[in-house]
Parts: sequence; structure tokens; C-alpha cells
Amino acid sequence: MLQTNNLSFNYSNGPSFSFPNFRLEKQEVLLVLGQSGKGKTTLLHLLAGLMEPNEGSVMIDSQPMTELNGRSRDSFRGKNIGIVFQQAQFIRSVTVMQNLQLARSLAGLPNNDPFALELLNELGIGDKANNRPSELSIGERQRTAIARALVTKPKIVLADEPTSALDDKNCEAVASLFERTVTGHGAALVIVTHDQRLKNRFQKSVSL
Amino acid sequence: MRMLQLAYANLKEHFLSTILSVMLLGIGVGMVSFIVTVSEQLNDRFNRDIRGIDMVVGAKGSPLQLILSAVYQIDNPTGNIPLAEVNKLKRHPLIKYSIPLSYGDSYQGFRIVGTDSLYLSHYKATFSEGEVWSNSMDVVLGSSSAEKLNLKMGSHFHGNHGFNEEGHAHEESHYNVVGILNPTGTVADRLILTSTESVWDIHNHDEAEHAHEGEHSHEVEEEAGEITALLVKFKSPMGIMQIPRMVNQKTSMQAALPAIEINRLYSLMGVGFTTLQIIGMVIMCIAALSVFISLLNSLKERKYELALMRSLGASPFKLFGLIVQESLLLCLAGYTLGIILGRVGIMLLSYFGEDQFQFSVSQTGVAQVEIWLLPLTLCIGLIAALIPAIRAYRSDISSVLRNE
Repeated sequence: MLQTNNLSFNYSNGPSFSFPNFRLEKQEVLLVLGQSGKGKTTLLHLLAGLMEPNEGSVMIDSQPMTELNGRSRDSFRGKNIGIVFQQAQFIRSVTVMQNLQLARSLAGLPNNDPFALELLNELGIGDKANNRPSELSIGERQRTAIARALVTKPKIVLADEPTSALDDKNCEAVASLFERTVTGHGAALVIVTHDQRLKNRFQKSVSL
Repeated sequence: MRMLQLAYANLKEHFLSTILSVMLLGIGVGMVSFIVTVSEQLNDRFNRDIRGIDMVVGAKGSPLQLILSAVYQIDNPTGNIPLAEVNKLKRHPLIKYSIPLSYGDSYQGFRIVGTDSLYLSHYKATFSEGEVWSNSMDVVLGSSSAEKLNLKMGSHFHGNHGFNEEGHAHEESHYNVVGILNPTGTVADRLILTSTESVWDIHNHDEAEHAHEGEHSHEVEEEAGEITALLVKFKSPMGIMQIPRMVNQKTSMQAALPAIEINRLYSLMGVGFTTLQIIGMVIMCIAALSVFISLLNSLKERKYELALMRSLGASPFKLFGLIVQESLLLCLAGYTLGIILGRVGIMLLSYFGEDQFQFSVSQTGVAQVEIWLLPLTLCIGLIAALIPAIRAYRSDISSVLRNE
């Protein structure tokens, strides 16, 4: 499903990173652990095709991302990759439901699929569908971000530091929530974090 | 969730700056459409009233005043001219027909003009009721005079000396309404028309009272009589070459050419209209600037949102389109507001202008200026959106997402 090969990236006038190779199958979870400055976010952006590596390649569902040009890479990302950023960000001017619908329409999927509401219900925030993102609590926002990442039925979900701001109890709960929902919808999950508490929670991990 | 819906939601989110841009655009568009419509209608009306009149003969004085008073009935007469000279002129072979006008009296602000039935046929006036005058003191009302004065067939009224209501009334004799005209869209609508004799009779009656003079024969009276002006239509363009010069040099009267005087008037008014139109355009440019600035500001604020949309699969071009759509929506709203403002302005002008300047503007259907203002406004929107849209297009999403 996901495979990297000799990925490396150099910032102009900045640090350069080389990343270990890894491989991930459907419904598997991979933990990428690393301290600040080890290139976690860089790796995430390379996996998402938001940046191009200087060397190496990223294969998603046997499609080499690095071979796609700008526009088709955008569209490929929209269809196949869901991203949950560290701080959940939304389009402020529209509702939670419209944020989900926007994600679907940008991925070229039909707008008004009941799947969006099913997801919100599954994540326990179905009643917030018509609220603005600014009216949600931090926890609700994270759930909404998960729902948005999954609403396009992606093959892979990338999560950036989903637990680092949480206490132990919530850390465990959120980690389970991610694992359960993402793999439950048939996607593979990559968690990029410095949170050592997750180290023993997942079998498969790489350290940077 | 379509891009257009999102554009609309974003505009609603930035309500105040949206309102500012829409209002500026609206005022600019409204001003331009108002000015253009008014000047077009003014031209149109002025041209309709002088159609077919090649020359106006009246007492010496300002030629423009003569045209304004004799043709448009909006200024004071320059004086009277002796009928003897008029009759001599009338026989000139190059004159196709001429229409005598005697004016100076009014009734409740509506001018009473003594003329002959040629005046009615010249303006193609037809009767909705009654018929042309047959006796002295019979009058025919123009359509809006009849309506505004609320006079009916068979009504009687006393005329006033002069054009305002304070003039002394001709109490001794009253006019009888014998006909009412259909609307012609010309100056005839606003007049009270009667025979030249009626005007003479009223004023001779006054003089007779003062002078205690008795009997003089009708012919003598007519030869000694005066009229205020004569509208002339030539048989051929040769008339313009010869007659005005002849009148001005060899008689005590002056000849004025409506076409020339009205062109002079236009060039005077034109300065005002052009100035107002430029102000309108400047306001539209300021509106464009306001659209530009508000888009740019909201872009800074939404840098992260736009990067987010890219991460959700939007192409750079889609973001470009989003910004352009926001701008076009703004401009469409401004255009709509402007058209409404322009039309309200015209309604107000015709409401107040009708009494004060005898000028009414009417707007039926879509004016041409309203049509060409639409692409113009949308162009402004495109230009204002260009730089912000290019910025959105070019934004480096990865660095935006990293520096959250």
C-alpha cells in the first residue's frame, strides 16, 4: 500500500534529511517516532506529496507519487490520502458538514453522500454537523479532522502529532480512536510523533 | 459544496469589508448609469422638440433664450415682434411653413401659448377628446397639463399674466377647454394651446380698458399686432443659407437656428455631465481598489485555509478560481445595488424635476448604459482579483502548513 525508497530531502540553506525505507499494508498502522528537528513533518509532507524529495520515491497503491506532476498529484492526494494536521484547521466560514462536503468535492466525489454524516455519528459528533468549526471543543475538532480525513475513503491516513498535547488517559483514547476508525474504514495509518508513550502501543514503528 | 458557495460564505464571513466594497461599487455604478441615462433622455427630449424646426424668429436678444423660450417653453421670451414684418417674411419662397407663437401668460405654472393649428400637426398631436379651437378663448390642453391641472372638457379658468402664479389675473375673460390632446412626448404635452387671437383679445381688452379706446377694425388690429416668435421650416437647405442672415441684417427681428444653439447648450451642459461621469468612474476605481485590498487581506488571514484546500486535493488553479469568483460575486452585488440606486435617483429626479424644470425622465425597460456597465464592472472585478488570485495560485503550501 505504502512504500518508501531511499527518501531524502535537503532544505536550501538548511538541514538535510535521509529517511529509512518502510513498507505498509492495508489496515496496518505505522508509528514514526522522532524528536523535534529530525524531519518528522518533512517526512509527512513528502508522503503526502506536498513536497518533492530530492532523491528516492514514495509509492502509494503501486503508484509512484514522485512521478506525478503538480495537478495530478493534487488530485491523487485528494482521492487517496487523508491528512490530520497537528492543529486541526478548517474552513472557518462554513459548517462542519460543509467542510466534509468540500473535502469530498475537492477529491472529485459526489457532494451529498450520507457517508459524511455516518462518519460524524460514528465519531460521536453527528449533532455538531451544522455548527461552525469555531464552536467546537478541541476534542471535537480533532474528531472532525479525522472525519474529514476519512470522508474521501482514502487508502492512507497521515496523522501529525495527534496525542502530544494530551494527558495519558486521553492519549490512549485518541490513539485507539485513530486506530479503530482508520483501519475500520480499510485505510492504512501513519502516525508521526515524538510522543514516546505511543511507542509500545503499536507494533510497527520506525525511529528517525 | 461548490466553489461558488464557498466564495459566498467567505464574503459573508468578512461582512464589513464586503459591504464597503459593494457600496463603493454601487455608488459608482449608480452614478454613471444615472448620469448617462439622464443626459441621454435630455438629449432625446431636446431633439424631439426641435425636430422639423429649422429656424426661430423672435425679438432681438440672446438667441439661446429665444430657442429656450419659443421651442422648449422654459425661458422668458426675448420680447415681441411686429406682425407686419412677420407676414412679409412668411411669404418668402424658401419657407415651407411657419408657425406663429404668442406667449407670456400662464395658468398655475402651465404656459398658455397662442398659435395656429399647424403647431398641433407639427408635433403630430392628436385629440383624445374634443377638437381644435374655433372661437377666441377656446383652449386645447396638452396631455400632462390636463392631468396636472385636473381640467376637463368644458372647464373654465382665468389666465395669469407672466409665468408665475403671482402675476395679475386676467379676470375679465375666461378660457374654455374645448379639446384635450393625446401624449406626444414633446413640449406640446405641457402647454395650454389656444388661438393667437385669444391672446390678442385678452391683452387688447386690458389695453382698451386703460385707453378707453373704442372701435378699430380687425384688419388694422392684426396688422398692428405683435406675436412673440415664429417657428420656421424651410423648403430646402438653401433657406438656412439665406434667410437667417437676411432676417438678422434687414429686419428688427433676430433669427436663431435651434440646431446650433442646442449644440452650444450641450457643450455647456456636457462639461457638467462629463465631470460627474468621471467622478462616477473614479468611485468605481476606488471600489476596485477596495475589492483588491479586502481580497488581499482575507488572503493573508486565510493562508492556512487555502493550503488546507490544496492538501485536500484542490489544484492551484482551483484556488485562483475561488478568489476570482469571490471578486466577481462582490462586483455583481455592487452592480445590482448600483442599478437600483441609479433607478431610484431617476425616479426622484422625475418626481422633483417635473415641477421645477418641466423635465421628466422615464425609465422603461433596460437602458443601454445598464447593459454595458455589467461587463465593465465584471472586468473591474477580474482586474482587482488578479494579483490576489495569483498569490493564492502560487502559495507554497508545504511551508504554510509547517509554520502554522
